[in-house]
Amino acid sequence: MKRSTLLGWVIFAFGATYFILPLLATFEFSLRMLRGQYSFEAYSVVFGDAQFRATFLYSAVLALVTIVLGALVVVPTAYLVRLRLPHLRGLVEFVTLLPLVVPAIVIVFGYLRLYNSSSWLPLTGSDAATNALLAFGYVTLALPYMYRTVDTGMRAIDVKTLTEAAESLGASWSTIMLKVILPNVRSAVLAGAFLTFAIVIGEFTFASLLNRPAFGPYLQLMGANRAYEPSALAIIAFLVTWACMGLIQIFGRKRGAITVP
Amino acid sequence: MTKGRLSLGSLLSPAMLGMLPFFVFALLFLILPTCILMVGAFQDQAGNFTLDNLAKLLNQPQLLASYWISIKVSLASAIGGALFGFLIAYAIVQGGLPAWVRSSVLTFSGVASNFAGVPLAFAFLATFGRVGLVTVLLRDWFGVNIYSHDIGFNLLSFSGLTLTYLYFQIPLMVLIIVPALEGLKREWREASQILGGTNFHYWRYVALPVLWPSILGATLLLFANSFGAVATAYALTGSSLNIVTIQLYAQIRGDVLHDPNLGFALAFGMILITCLSNGAYIWLRGRSERWLR
Amino acid sequence: MYFLEIHNIQKSFGDHVAVHNFDFAAYRGEFVSLLGPSGCGKTTVLRMVAGFERQTAGTVSLDGKDISQLPANQRNVGMVFQAYALFPNLTVAQNIAFGLKIAKRPAGEIAVRVREMLDLIKLPALGDRYPFQLSGGQQQRVALARALAVKPKMLLLDEPLSALDAKIRVALRDEIRSVQRELGITTLFVTHDQEEALSISDRIVVMSAGRIEQIGTPFEIYNRPRTRFVASFVGVLNLLEGRITDPTSGRIEVDGRELVVAGGFPKGQAGDAATLALRPEAITIGSGGEGANHLDGHVEDVGFQGSVVRIRVRCNDRMISLDSFNSRAAPPPERGTPVTLSFSHDVQVLEPA
Repeated sequence: MKRSTLLGWVIFAFGATYFILPLLATFEFSLRMLRGQYSFEAYSVVFGDAQFRATFLYSAVLALVTIVLGALVVVPTAYLVRLRLPHLRGLVEFVTLLPLVVPAIVIVFGYLRLYNSSSWLPLTGSDAATNALLAFGYVTLALPYMYRTVDTGMRAIDVKTLTEAAESLGASWSTIMLKVILPNVRSAVLAGAFLTFAIVIGEFTFASLLNRPAFGPYLQLMGANRAYEPSALAIIAFLVTWACMGLIQIFGRKRGAITVP
Repeated sequence: MTKGRLSLGSLLSPAMLGMLPFFVFALLFLILPTCILMVGAFQDQAGNFTLDNLAKLLNQPQLLASYWISIKVSLASAIGGALFGFLIAYAIVQGGLPAWVRSSVLTFSGVASNFAGVPLAFAFLATFGRVGLVTVLLRDWFGVNIYSHDIGFNLLSFSGLTLTYLYFQIPLMVLIIVPALEGLKREWREASQILGGTNFHYWRYVALPVLWPSILGATLLLFANSFGAVATAYALTGSSLNIVTIQLYAQIRGDVLHDPNLGFALAFGMILITCLSNGAYIWLRGRSERWLR
Repeated sequence: MYFLEIHNIQKSFGDHVAVHNFDFAAYRGEFVSLLGPSGCGKTTVLRMVAGFERQTAGTVSLDGKDISQLPANQRNVGMVFQAYALFPNLTVAQNIAFGLKIAKRPAGEIAVRVREMLDLIKLPALGDRYPFQLSGGQQQRVALARALAVKPKMLLLDEPLSALDAKIRVALRDEIRSVQRELGITTLFVTHDQEEALSISDRIVVMSAGRIEQIGTPFEIYNRPRTRFVASFVGVLNLLEGRITDPTSGRIEVDGRELVVAGGFPKGQAGDAATLALRPEAITIGSGGEGANHLDGHVEDVGFQGSVVRIRVRCNDRMISLDSFNSRAAPPPERGTPVTLSFSHDVQVLEPA
């Protein structure tokens, strides 16, 4: 055992170095905005930038919309497949894995072709409609993770038996949904929600090609034009993602939260 | 449930109607957009069926080169990610390390696998760029200039992009492989030992063969993941490194190829490659699950 | 003389002592069971003999050689695990051949030996199957064949039947015993099922909380338990508490009745509290013979188990279980019937011990 423990620590040390070094370097760089001294000047510039606040707010709101839409699509679907339509399971799982197979850039390319101003459903015609399209696009991106998390959560609480027990006690389907199922899968939904938030906040491809004022394109713009602010933004982005993951750990059950589809 | 023929009644049952939002959504925002691109790849400007787009694609050295570079970067970051990810996963599962190491590495992997795009590009610029922390430290402490002619390292290149991609590939590998490693029953190792085997025998005849489908499958997943990545490359190398996703991005933005259908062909090529890769991953995963029932 | 000698081994995990001074020796060819409840340390002892745990103190010798410091892969013992532990990526034949392949035996020899083993476990046609295609019982037999293929000096089995269905369990344990007899291999068998241990062992080591409670043949363990734990763990036991009236003649007052115990109470005095232990098969319904002991009660429950009928009788505030054989002519009494129970003077005195 001793030999493998030493090897384990060596590997861990190398890994930790590779992963922590860039974070340290970025943080150190972000403190160097004012010549000759370490300060948080870059951060105050960033937080003071109206664009930062506007785009972050936009992406945050969009993330919330995505989460709600995603939950509305995923929860009933996972429930129905588990309970009444088990023979559709294969098809549904295949569909939920598609967003991982087809790259985001291809999907948004399809959107532009399908929903441009001269098509049958001109979603890119107005700002509001494009926002909606973006939200749906994000639901698509988050679908694999959302579905996997909620499905695992439902399996863990054995929805079938819970529903049958509630039915035998005389509950209507809306009561069952609201009072029995939802509270029990809440932690799974929350875990999926935080993961979605993390994905949406930093997303670039969709937002950029659909020309929306989201956080991702803002980051790219900053990266192209400024020197110190991007590193501050990088640290902020990392902390936001870390917070999301931390919240997943708190709300997710056992290891059902961080799964890879 | 009943596997009878689909009657109109069963199609209109409340359960099926409840599935409608999902299927409509999937159709509108996933299936149709993909299909329309694939169809468009085989159409000319007037909408007639043609293989010209694919022919043009295969005849444009610049576009073929971009596929090739994408494949090289994806292959390199997939294999590198698989190798180092496996080592790290092994260390935290069987390395005899304390419990906090495992949970913190898994949490960090969850974060890092999502940490792509501008932030990542900038983190690596700050580390390995011309005035990056590590570059400077190596120069000042060890007198080694990695940007010199002899070593010729450049972050804004194939090797630099691969190095950067590893930052989210390795954690992804860790997340996939840790469950597989934990699926290795302790009794297998003990059975191998009591039958006279050393650690080497166990790994050679039992553990690696059992893990092989998962490892290969994960590598394929990493390959597809890298192939479709845009934001990091865009932020790091801009349009200087000619990978497919950048090409496609530029094409969508401003039709730089002066031929919209060629863009569809580009997208079709991408879908083909990622489909094959992911298809193989799913097949391998199915095989390994069968063994380990 | 002894084939396996375990001298005073001890195992501590930090502050917790899992096994205290375990001292035991087995003869060549003997089938010994380590019997006890979960957590009593029996599996730890087995793993120390196998080499998977290093003992904190003490030694283990096999065939005269001290193997205490040897790693598990050099001890030449075979082991069968509770969860079968067949290698999932290898066929049945490859599993069985595993140890031989590692020992670099020639391919011809391996093939012959594998065929021998398959015949031994009576699965000659399953050589090319994979473990996931086999039932639990079949997998366990393959595990047995795999362990025996390398001709080990001793065989260790760690609760091999616990994961199987009841029916298969009985059939498989008999098969394990017959294979063991045929090969004459010394065997250590860990189980928590006392019926299992009683039916197949040459000797049983009963353990509790890391210590040996008693070592003996199944007959000894069942009929002459030395501690309250052994008496109650093995088989069903009726306990009668009362007060000694006369220690020399063995008179004791239980529930207002006077009972006589052969052999008296050598360690007790008049007025002391005492506990008697009675096996269900020693009690009958009826007045028994002259001078037999009697207790009165009402039939609470009748469990018809086929050849054996287990009747539970309530005597005052205690429940007595008695077993009688099924008789076509005489059905068992109905619930609520008042009955008199009788048993001979040959009663075990549990306390004062």
